[in-house]
Amino acid sequence: MSADHETRLAGLLRAALDGDETAYAEFLGLVAALVRPVARRKLGAGIGTDPEDIVQETLLAIHLKRHTWRSDAPVMPWVYAIARYKIIDVYRRRGGRVELDIEDFAETLPAQASEAASERDIGRALDGLAAGQRRVVAAISVEGRSISETAQALGMKETAVRVALHRGLAAIAARFGRSET
Amino acid sequence: MKTSNLITALAADAARPVVPQSRYWLAAALAAVVVAAIVFFATIGPRPDIAAAAGTPRFLFKFVVTLALAGSALFVLDRLARPGAARRGSLGWLLAAPALLAAAIGVELLTQPEAQWQMLAVGKNSVVCLTYIPVIGIGPLALFILALRRGAPTRPGLAGLVAGFVAGGIAATLYAAHCTDDSPLFVATWYTLAVAMLGAAGGVAGRLFVRW
Repeated sequence: MSADHETRLAGLLRAALDGDETAYAEFLGLVAALVRPVARRKLGAGIGTDPEDIVQETLLAIHLKRHTWRSDAPVMPWVYAIARYKIIDVYRRRGGRVELDIEDFAETLPAQASEAASERDIGRALDGLAAGQRRVVAAISVEGRSISETAQALGMKETAVRVALHRGLAAIAARFGRSET
Repeated sequence: MKTSNLITALAADAARPVVPQSRYWLAAALAAVVVAAIVFFATIGPRPDIAAAAGTPRFLFKFVVTLALAGSALFVLDRLARPGAARRGSLGWLLAAPALLAAAIGVELLTQPEAQWQMLAVGKNSVVCLTYIPVIGIGPLALFILALRRGAPTRPGLAGLVAGFVAGGIAATLYAAHCTDDSPLFVATWYTLAVAMLGAAGGVAGRLFVRW
């Protein structure tokens, strides 16, 4: 999978950094499929953390730190290093240790595992947000509205919607880190 | 939230312009030099005979070492702030300044009589050196830790340590203009100790403030 995958992911992320939302969504979907099986295997027994939380934490970290990828560097080691950091972080917060090598990622077959069918509680991620941010993030993520539709529906300016969305996502990421201490 | 919903939200945020990590380093470096220079000139300042000293190789070589430290450590810091980018080879750049210093010590030992070695290493300014390199460097260290928070170091403690070396390199460059002890033996002893103090402070700051 590696070489093809690398080229494809790098191309998508490059387009995303130029503002291509469709490419970005596809990139994040592929990353989720890569990280999910590793998170499941590593967090399988008794750690008490939903592996999908790791997937989401990794996606948020990738989003907020996407400027740390050099567009001339390979993208997969960058993705793996972030996922690895997040998995180890979960163990650290729980006072344990986990061994995790790059080979853990190499073994995964990205297409095979899909997201758990169980409807996850939307409230869990959004609860901690200020009311304004919550309305914006919910409108875009759950209801699938665009920025302009959200602006119209909530009677806000588009720039205000963008700011609220960005801050909301950053707040969710920060909350992930705290929630399990 | 379902992961697919999260991806929708993240994609909607993609249009937001991305500030390259290099921009944060540039801002931190410029501000660090300004802050360090202000502290330096407000406290110890350059030595009175700096014009005469500028003609001597031992004085000038101090700047080669300190600037090599600042530059190489900043390069390594950038790698450490990018997940997956720091290979063993990039950490090796940290040996640049020590290697230069080791070569200069070799020359010093060949050209100076053995009876002088101890005096050259101890010097007259060890206390000033151990005080003012950390004092000048602490502001720059805070700035580089701030810039590091924008990055994504998977080893925050190590990255903080290297941030301390960058700050130490900048502080030592200014301090070298004050100090009248120009022997590489003095530099290797006291500058190293002072930079190590900033490195230790950076390591702690990295672990405390640079989690992400």
